[in-house]
Amino acid sequence: MPAEIVAMGRLVLGTLRDLAPIVVIVAFFQIAVLQQPVDDLGGIALGLVFVMLGLAVFIRGLEMALFPLGESLAGAFARKGSLFWLMAFAFGLGFGTTVAEPALIAVADEAASVMAADGAIGTDAATRDSYATALRYTVAVSVGVSLVIGVFRILKGWPIHYFIIAGYLGVVAVTAVAPEGIIGIAYDSGGVTTSTITVPLVTALGVGLASVIKGRNPMIDGFGLIAFASLLPILFVLMFGIVVGA
Amino acid sequence: MMQATLLQLFDLLAQTLFDVAPIAAILVGFQVGVLRQKVPQLRKVLVGSAYVVIGLTLFLFGLEKALFPLGKTMAKQLTDPAFISGGKALSSLVWSDYYWTYLFAFAIGFATTIAEPSLIAVSLKAQQVSGGAVGAWGLRLAVAFGVALSLAVGTFRIVTGTPLYLYMIAGYIVVVIQTLYTPRMIVPLAYDSGGVTTSTVTVPLVAALGLGLASTVPGRSPLLDGFGLIALASLFPMITVMGYAQIGAYVSQRKQRSKQKYGGGQDPLQAESTAEGLTP
Repeated sequence: MPAEIVAMGRLVLGTLRDLAPIVVIVAFFQIAVLQQPVDDLGGIALGLVFVMLGLAVFIRGLEMALFPLGESLAGAFARKGSLFWLMAFAFGLGFGTTVAEPALIAVADEAASVMAADGAIGTDAATRDSYATALRYTVAVSVGVSLVIGVFRILKGWPIHYFIIAGYLGVVAVTAVAPEGIIGIAYDSGGVTTSTITVPLVTALGVGLASVIKGRNPMIDGFGLIAFASLLPILFVLMFGIVVGA
Repeated sequence: MMQATLLQLFDLLAQTLFDVAPIAAILVGFQVGVLRQKVPQLRKVLVGSAYVVIGLTLFLFGLEKALFPLGKTMAKQLTDPAFISGGKALSSLVWSDYYWTYLFAFAIGFATTIAEPSLIAVSLKAQQVSGGAVGAWGLRLAVAFGVALSLAVGTFRIVTGTPLYLYMIAGYIVVVIQTLYTPRMIVPLAYDSGGVTTSTVTVPLVAALGLGLASTVPGRSPLLDGFGLIALASLFPMITVMGYAQIGAYVSQRKQRSKQKYGGGQDPLQAESTAEGLTP
């Protein structure tokens, strides 16, 4: 147990370095630029202590649970040898973690207001709600599909840049014909889909798969799942905008 | 006061559990229904999962207590026309009057990215997988620099009202060209780093900045122009991470070349660092 406490203490101290830039920058702008006193300095200091503790406990949990879990899943699926179930898992993980993501719900609601203000859809609450829900499911499906394609790429060992470059060309082409109001939303939706718990799990899964499959390099083949999950939603939302806006 | 704090803490715990629920359901479902295997070291995994939930809850609680209110107030103040104009007429403001806004966007983008938990996770994994060839800290600095640049450019875009897609397409072109010349090992990681940068810490502050700016700059609509900062923040890190690898490759190539040129013996420092880099 003392070893556990020492490890945790070291992590808490390590987070000092992670948070130092924030403290320095906030202090600089408050003192030198805005020249205003900060109210409730004590409360802010207490909050920072919570941030440090939380970050340290999270990183410990990451190494104890999320990384080993992602890797053991990769190993178990490889041993099972069923492509169907691996793909079903990849899709389920992508879809399930995205559909209830709070950041995505917020973006979808905002998108509905933009489109209503634009006159692309009706302004009543029911229309906006169904628009936001449809958009949310579109993004969730796109993340599910991303992980399916990404995992399949790892199995095959295909170079990632063909996929990503083709994906970008697709995005550029579809942007040209998409309604203007959807473009900003579409581009942002790629960034909000990957949450703090999904990222370590998906990364460990990819690296784990690349390590257990013969002839794959974990560095070259294992990374890249997140890249798919932030590219494909852009394409799907742009197409959603074309279909619904037309 | 004490009670309100505890209530807020429980609220956040419930919210985190709610976010984790679908992931847990899928993991348990596949483990029990499809794989039908025991999870190795189940106890450790369960304790670690509890750590993840508790850690995220404390982290969010601290952010909401300390960083978010302060950061959002600062974003509002630094985009406030009264602050920017310094007494000049509003209509006479040009893009260069917003220099404090750009600088703040740059600085806050850098600082929040360094504290981003999902980036910490990916960089730890990258360091482990590459056997130390990719340093966790160097990768995080490169990504943070990319986010910082993207927010400075993104706020400039909102102030000038230029269309987002021009920036995105130009960025994509740079990414494609860099991909051709970058060490192959870094490419997938660089692509990934675009997606991991924007989550818990960065998004709320960036949204406050974008919305604040779009609602105060004359002629901008918060609905149409407030978007797009996150998109740029997922694009620029790809460029800086590949750039970081390219600079690293260039430096080691030059070292190699100068060593050949002078025909000297092996530099002991260099030998040591390569040996270290190879240890798994």
